Amino acid sequence: MNSELIVFLVLSLVAIATALGMLFSKNAVYSALFLVLNFVTVAVFYLLLGAPFLAMSQITVYAGAIMVLFLFVIMLLGAENLKPSNALPWQKPLAILLSVILGVEATYLLLARARSSLSVTSPDAALNTMDSLRNMAETLFSQFLLPFEITSILLLVAMVGAVVLTRAEKGAAK
Amino acid sequence: MLLEYIAIGVMILVATLIAFIAIGLGGLFGPKKPSAEKDTPYESGMNPYGEGTRRMPVRFYLVAVLFILFDIEVVFFLPWAIAFRQLGLFGLLEMVIFIVILLIGYVYAWKKGALEWE
Amino acid sequence: MDWTMWVEWIVKGFVLCLILLTGFAYLTWYERRALARIQVRVGPNRAGYQGLLQPIADAVKLIFKEELTPGHVYKVVFILAPVLTVVPSLVLAAVVPLGTSFNLFGREITLYVADVNVGILYLTSIASIAVYGIVLAGWSSNNKYAMLGGIRSSAQMISYELTLGLSFVTAIILGNSMNMIDIVNEQRGLWFVVIQPVGALIFWIATLAEVNRAPFDMPEAEQELTAGYHAEYSGMKFALFFMAEYQKMIVISMILATLFFGGYLGPFVDQVPLLGPVYLFAKVIILLFGMIWVRATWPRIRYDRLMSFGWKILLPLSLAIAFITATGILLADVLNNQLFFWSIPVVSIIALLVAVAFIYRDLRRKSHGRI
Repeated sequence: MNSELIVFLVLSLVAIATALGMLFSKNAVYSALFLVLNFVTVAVFYLLLGAPFLAMSQITVYAGAIMVLFLFVIMLLGAENLKPSNALPWQKPLAILLSVILGVEATYLLLARARSSLSVTSPDAALNTMDSLRNMAETLFSQFLLPFEITSILLLVAMVGAVVLTRAEKGAAK
Repeated sequence: MLLEYIAIGVMILVATLIAFIAIGLGGLFGPKKPSAEKDTPYESGMNPYGEGTRRMPVRFYLVAVLFILFDIEVVFFLPWAIAFRQLGLFGLLEMVIFIVILLIGYVYAWKKGALEWE
Repeated sequence: MDWTMWVEWIVKGFVLCLILLTGFAYLTWYERRALARIQVRVGPNRAGYQGLLQPIADAVKLIFKEELTPGHVYKVVFILAPVLTVVPSLVLAAVVPLGTSFNLFGREITLYVADVNVGILYLTSIASIAVYGIVLAGWSSNNKYAMLGGIRSSAQMISYELTLGLSFVTAIILGNSMNMIDIVNEQRGLWFVVIQPVGALIFWIATLAEVNRAPFDMPEAEQELTAGYHAEYSGMKFALFFMAEYQKMIVISMILATLFFGGYLGPFVDQVPLLGPVYLFAKVIILLFGMIWVRATWPRIRYDRLMSFGWKILLPLSLAIAFITATGILLADVLNNQLFFWSIPVVSIIALLVAVAFIYRDLRRKSHGRI
């Protein structure tokens, strides 16, 4: 057992614990905070895999931006301590069905991968160089050009949607 | 490579320790004279009314959404900034298209008054 | 990996934290003295020579203050919030190089905690984490003023974070690297502030808002928010917020000096590496004076104007600056003509003037329209 495997196992435990904490917190703000912790743990996973760029982007975008929005929304609605009220009737069976599918899929992937190799390998020392980052960037902006441009359309749609929704709310209030 | 991040992790621990020690010092040496008055929310000496946390204007939500969108743009911009010399004019064009599409939304938000703060 | 490395990391982390803590203590003294001078007063001069012991007296006073934890707060988060504010302000400095390296008893000691290739991205991620301390302080206080103050301050911080990020992009474009040490080395010939003065200016303005300094100091807005997000805090917990603000001022000045003012570079720094921190210190002192000067001179900006200034002026301007820089460098590269490179500062300043004209027109229209 090498030290990286131990780190990996400890981090996995933290990730699972924070995920469970998010699910079972009564207070929505605490749930959001557990999710932030979870995102940070995932970022550390990326670091272990030798992907510092992804790790830092994960913190900046997920932990730093999206969760701030979540917190704002919770505070906006004053929804910290909402009681579970009239859940949709079809929600429960659908959730169970979806989680079964997810479970099967994850098990299948795990088993399929297990045949090749399931070891945590130490990343290359060369990964802390500018060249590795530059290679990644060049791949992103040449090979994955179309997804990159489509992202901007996605962002545009989100922006227009947010503006429309909040304006409508304001018009109703007046 | 991980060594550098362990160094950062150690510093995070040290900083957290310092912060907790500072709080602990205050708790240890400060006097404690609790009273009912001190327990009430501070509202400039008036008697507090209503709940502490109340609903906030929806504008803050809009700001947060716009922030996410532009933050993602910045995150894309960062790797582009180290590779644009290799990507050449084509790379510049890529980025211009990306930004122009985003700017359409920005102009829309501006025209709809979403950036206004009454 | 042997145990001496762990010792080195712990010592380095601790020393850097200690430097920032001392820096915070003496920055308060520096600020009070400088403000006093500007307002033709004397400032604190009783405790010790020239009042140099004043920060220590303040610290002792804060330790012996009663620390209230009112009954209506969410206790865990209430205690966590100041910690969450202070830790990022300290950790931010981990990737800032104070110098190159020096030899201590045959061991090469580098003058930075970590040399990572995603240094700049690390800064943005830590800066984005710093927002939580303030949101949570406002929320956990369970007080409407604190809540409103917290949300306002955090909305302000995230708005200006975009400008900050785009200014980072400008520095990366110029330095051709995300590593802060590479960026400093790239400035051996010429500081980036010469090529991109507007970029440095925008960065500086954004940092003022980011650390909630005057003229963007909403948390200090006594009249409307009774001190904002830290209204319910007292004693050492309040001191931690105070500490975080000043440490962020120092660190962010260090970053600005590193990205645009040559960092630890100066004469003879290659021969005597220990001169590096001294040069950086001198640059930071000058930049900090700028911040204090602004506080002494400018009134607070109203919140609505602050937000529209960030979104309507600074964001497009910083985007334009990044593009102008990239285009200039590319054209100079492709056409092999240095003229394009030197058009960067000129075009940038024109962009700045356009922005200033826009603000001027807007302000004139507003003053004619209302009032």
